[in-house]
Amino acid sequence: MSQDRPFLDVQDLHVSFGGNTAVRGVSFQVDEGETLALVGESGSGKSVSALSVLQLLPYPMAHHPAGSVLVEGEEMLGADEARLRTLRGASISMIFQEPMTSLNPLHTVAKQISETLIVHKGLTRRAARERALELLRLVRLPDPELKLLSYPHQLSGGQRQRVMIAMALANEPKLLIADEPTTALDVTIQANILELLSSLQKELGMGLLLITHDLGIVRSMADRVCVMTDGEIVEQGPCAQIFDNPQHDYTRKLLSAEPKGRPAQVESDGAEVLATKDFGVQYKIDKGWFGKSQVFEAVRPIDISLRAGQTLGVVGESGSGKTSMGLGLLRLIESQGEQYLRSQPLHGLRQKQIKPHRRNMQMVFQDPFGSLSPRMSIQQIIEEGLLVHESQMAKDERDERVDHALLDVGLDPQMKERYPHEFSGGQRQRIAIARALALRPEFLVLDEPTSALDMSVQAQIVDLLRDLQCRYSLTYLFISHDLKVVRALSHFLVVMKDGRIVEQGEADEVFENPQSEYTRELLSAAFVR
Amino acid sequence: MSPLNQRRWQNFKANRRGYYSLWIFGVLFGLTLCAEMIANDKPIVFSLHGELYFPVFVTYSEAELGGVLETEADYRETFMRDLIERDGWAIWPPIPYAADTIDWQLEPPYPQPPSGEHLLGTNGQSNDVLAVLIYGFRLSVLFGISLTIISSVIGVAVGAIQGYFGGWVDLIGQRFVEIWAGLPILLILIILASMVEPNVFWLLAILSLFSWMALVGVVRAEFLRARNFEFVRAARALGVSDFTIMRRHVLPNAMVAALTYLPFVLNGAITTLTAIDFLGFGLPLEDPTLGRLLQQAKQNLHAPWLGLIAFMALAVMLTLLIFIGEAVRDALDPRRNLEAARVAG
Repeated sequence: MSQDRPFLDVQDLHVSFGGNTAVRGVSFQVDEGETLALVGESGSGKSVSALSVLQLLPYPMAHHPAGSVLVEGEEMLGADEARLRTLRGASISMIFQEPMTSLNPLHTVAKQISETLIVHKGLTRRAARERALELLRLVRLPDPELKLLSYPHQLSGGQRQRVMIAMALANEPKLLIADEPTTALDVTIQANILELLSSLQKELGMGLLLITHDLGIVRSMADRVCVMTDGEIVEQGPCAQIFDNPQHDYTRKLLSAEPKGRPAQVESDGAEVLATKDFGVQYKIDKGWFGKSQVFEAVRPIDISLRAGQTLGVVGESGSGKTSMGLGLLRLIESQGEQYLRSQPLHGLRQKQIKPHRRNMQMVFQDPFGSLSPRMSIQQIIEEGLLVHESQMAKDERDERVDHALLDVGLDPQMKERYPHEFSGGQRQRIAIARALALRPEFLVLDEPTSALDMSVQAQIVDLLRDLQCRYSLTYLFISHDLKVVRALSHFLVVMKDGRIVEQGEADEVFENPQSEYTRELLSAAFVR
Repeated sequence: MSPLNQRRWQNFKANRRGYYSLWIFGVLFGLTLCAEMIANDKPIVFSLHGELYFPVFVTYSEAELGGVLETEADYRETFMRDLIERDGWAIWPPIPYAADTIDWQLEPPYPQPPSGEHLLGTNGQSNDVLAVLIYGFRLSVLFGISLTIISSVIGVAVGAIQGYFGGWVDLIGQRFVEIWAGLPILLILIILASMVEPNVFWLLAILSLFSWMALVGVVRAEFLRARNFEFVRAARALGVSDFTIMRRHVLPNAMVAALTYLPFVLNGAITTLTAIDFLGFGLPLEDPTLGRLLQQAKQNLHAPWLGLIAFMALAVMLTLLIFIGEAVRDALDPRRNLEAARVAG
């Protein structure tokens, strides 16, 4: 810091909601031209700290028992609304996590960007439009003239985030607060957006307050890092120092939390559990009453052969067809081609005929909050499959199976009378795994089971899955966009893009020596950031 | 009771207003269920020549009791009173009038204002208004509950099927509901009333035909939303049948929305019955109803107690039901259950 007075100076900030204190005595400074990263897991208070800079918290429910936020020496806490409004969007602006919902769906891009120019700079409509075009060029949006007239739904997620950045930059702010700017985006797009942010920061010489849970982003972007947990900053310092020589236990824990390890070796002569030939998934798109229906190929034909204890990782970005593949393999949606579970054909069977096979193939879903019925107790959730497939089973035996499944996933069977909302995300995901395991299936489809979880919890779930696989020689189809997680679990790998199989092979082979351009791009976005 | 239901009951009690409303309503409903013991033109029990008689439960002819007429004994008559007084005793209900008892001792004009003998006055037929109120309350609530149960069962079933299966089923179902809801129910009632002599069951059947749509929309919306939930998909992956998924996974989630509607449906049912009684197309004349009390109030504007009493009775009944409904909604809210668990734990 060359100047005496940093642009943003937060001292001993406290934030309380009602009786709960969310942030306790946080202090940090951001100067123009520098990037400060606030790192922490969900609930650590990092977003709340950033929102209090612009006084955007739900006051008066939220309040600040102590502390000060100085912007160019001016106190923000308790500043009047008119003053705050001139600062927001002008000298400090903000971009949010969710590019889907932070743009107004009813207004064109031109209107959304020029609005802030008209309000803050008093530009005329025409001048504002000119400037908007300039900004879209600045954020490197392709075809800016055309995009100016587009509505948000016509843009992709990455394009929307670019528009958001353009809006934030409209008034040449001195500080940009980016709250998880890339979390909702695909890996390759993440890399592009981050690259854009750091080059814009250099061009415009502004300060960047980056809020994220992703250490990979921090390492490549930040000058200085504040590690937050439970409402406090436990460690603060230059980026290199934090990564190479962490002082605090929590920082070390966070750094070591990345999913590590490799899948256990299995003999290649195990029984073949899953096999497909020319397996694909197609959707029919109806074109009204009289139009011809079109066919959309979500998954192009693929041959798979998996033996007991092996994992097939399926990697791809959103919309690549990886979830369709999982659902199709379980015949939860219509699929084409041949597929065999333990040499028994599943293709051509009707839903009723598949029912007896369902006990051998189960699924774990991405969202641990949506995949458990909120009105059923844990016991009811886990025993449901047993009630269908083992209807003769005595109650005692069923209870025992439920207890056993809970012990398998590392939960206390005492908890089984409770309801899903009483558990954390990681615990819920364990419950979802227990539900799938209760039937003792051989084949499990895991659809992004870790991506809704915090980093340290992710690693635990990965360890759990690997452990369960060894113990019961389960066969996994592991769907994920996160290459680190996939690497830790998969024996084989399929890389998908737009329904096509871009690359298929042994996992180590693909990671060490990727054959296709797209795989290389993915790998570089994920690891070398 | 399972722990969850205990918690739900705690939540219900935590809503003091709803809890007290349930008590008040329960007491009122319980009392009116024994209306024959409270307001009747017969003694609850009397003794004659050393034998006990229970005229509320058994019909005795006058001849049996020592008179001449073969018709049912009229215990309010001087002859019967004297007979019982001479050789026995009688315990009368606190209000010695049934809803259809005509007090011949009153001098015209009718209706008469409240007095010591008739606490809420009398109506145009010289019936005791308090007795009419007690019988009318019972009839309204029983009718309302029956209608609510029937129409909710139909409505939830139709909404569930439409929402769960979607597509053509939903499309055709919705159009049918729209057309059906467009039928002029009052006109149909009037036509039907001229064809059949309406009694309680006829009226219940006809009103059920036209009141099941209330819940279809909300249940359908809940099912449409829930059928794409991951836990529904998980249940399908477990091989659970459609019907079981609907019943076990989707319905409980839809029921909270449906339950919050139920007090309104019940209120609507009571109001509909009152309205058609008021218009004179409802239950036969011998049934005491709040609607007819309102009708009489309109015909006798110079007797304001009639209207005030009928209004107060309806207002109190409907308000209590709404308060109870609010408490039921709180009780079934899983987030509140969580809070209760935290406080308890």
